[in-house]
Amino acid sequence: MNKKKVYSTWFLVPALTIFLVFFIIPMVTSLFFSLTVWDLKSFTFCGLDNFKTFFGERSLSISVRNTLIYAFMTSGLKVVIAFFIALFLTSKIRTKNFLRALVFFPNLVSAVAIGIVFKALMHPSKGLINAALEAIGIAGPNWLGDTNLALFSVIAVDVWKGVSISTVIFIAGITSIDSSYYEAASIDGATRWQTIRHIVMPLVRTSTNTIITLSLIGGLRCFDLIWAMTKGGPGFATDVLSSVVYKQYASGFYGLSTAGNVIMFILIAIIAFPLQRFLNRREVYN
Amino acid sequence: MKKKKRLTLLGDILGCIFGILIFAVPFVFMFVNSLKDRREANLLNLSLPTEWMWENFKEVISANNYQILTAFKNSIILTAGSLLILILAGSMAGYVLQRRSDRTTRTVDTIVMTGLMIPPAILPTIWVMQGLHIYKTMFGMILVETALQIPFTIMLYKGFMNTIPVELEEAGYIDGCTRGRMFVKVIFPLLKPVTSTIIILNAVTIFNDFTNPLYFLPGNDNVTVQLTLYNFMGRYSSSYNLLFADVLIITVPMLILFLIFNKKIVDGMVAGAVKG
Repeated sequence: MNKKKVYSTWFLVPALTIFLVFFIIPMVTSLFFSLTVWDLKSFTFCGLDNFKTFFGERSLSISVRNTLIYAFMTSGLKVVIAFFIALFLTSKIRTKNFLRALVFFPNLVSAVAIGIVFKALMHPSKGLINAALEAIGIAGPNWLGDTNLALFSVIAVDVWKGVSISTVIFIAGITSIDSSYYEAASIDGATRWQTIRHIVMPLVRTSTNTIITLSLIGGLRCFDLIWAMTKGGPGFATDVLSSVVYKQYASGFYGLSTAGNVIMFILIAIIAFPLQRFLNRREVYN
Repeated sequence: MKKKKRLTLLGDILGCIFGILIFAVPFVFMFVNSLKDRREANLLNLSLPTEWMWENFKEVISANNYQILTAFKNSIILTAGSLLILILAGSMAGYVLQRRSDRTTRTVDTIVMTGLMIPPAILPTIWVMQGLHIYKTMFGMILVETALQIPFTIMLYKGFMNTIPVELEEAGYIDGCTRGRMFVKVIFPLLKPVTSTIIILNAVTIFNDFTNPLYFLPGNDNVTVQLTLYNFMGRYSSSYNLLFADVLIITVPMLILFLIFNKKIVDGMVAGAVKG
């Protein structure tokens, strides 16, 4: 069978055309436009000025720091929390189907909707969270209004929304572990914790890696939840790269906005690609 | 043994309490408040409404000259249109990329897979769309959504093609089947399980997408559900009852889908995520 003839290159043309025109061409040209001042019609070349402005102004450069905090914290918390929820949901409890559905549902609700609800729940004076804290005698903070706290409040909501998919991946990983490992462990008299530490954790490494990569990339490009909850505020406390890109676009600084976009590419490339290679090397195959 | 049973029961109870507290309360909160009058809803508590104001929903639907209905229509067109192209183009590409391995396919594969990690370049995309005169049009938006979801779609199709034996095609060609017919009559029907996964996953992503319509499809006629939600947030910031009613109206289709396809959605998400 002549493979080239049977599996014709023509089959690739529709997908590749759309992808090239609406993804690759913008990506490649963004490298050039980030070096210009432009208004979508005409442009003037200005060298690295946009990048200088970006890193020179604290209101812009802070977004790089925030993006990194956001991505690493959401990703780390999701892995840890999801692992324990998944362990719990794969144990012998009877309500696990109900609980799985419950944990999973936030995943189907849009980020904007979740942002709206949590903004109300986190209301400083009458929000439900602070009311609950008050009932046990703690004065609740201003979750989204405090510059030192706002970013972490949004991170918490992101974890709440995203933990479900990580949990589901872990459940799949845990249920695929061969039961003979557990039998061997119990014959050797391993405690529950030893079983988790030396059997479950190494054998779900593939799932762990998937979750880390997925949520890290998701965190680095997150926009909608942050925008719905704080619009980058108060001040610039929750500004991330993608919200800066939007703000500069909305105020007409198209070159600067594109430069923000390019910084995002670079950040993702220098974090995600090596990370994936590193994680894949550590995988254990069962 | 008895002790163990009691421990599981305790786990059940604690799990349900925490699960409901953390994951269900926000939805219950939204539901009860969407049925209160304005003053009562603005207290933002969990009590049941003193008067059940079902007309809140009517008000939200009729707001702004029934904008929410236009938005639903637009979101459905956008989702369905993108899905159609994604399935056609994605299945064809995934099929060839998995079956053939030479320089061309490897290059294409590498190019497409960058899309899994790298975010879109927003303004240059607008620039390209303006050049093609499809900026601010539904058609342009469909193509952009397609471009953004195509790497993931191809990846899933490619993964599934692994499980389809090549002997089937060999037999077909010996019987004189043409390659177009082969794909349409033999391969595509066999891809059905992964196609349904792709439909579910992409439908959720595209229907819930806020960022891309915000950039590429501005304007009141083209508004999508997520954008109306966002606009409502600005306009009704002091009437939580209407705001929550709006959130509920937009979430209900997803809830219904979830109740019907619960198992399939979860399995699909796992398949999609694990292969990535």
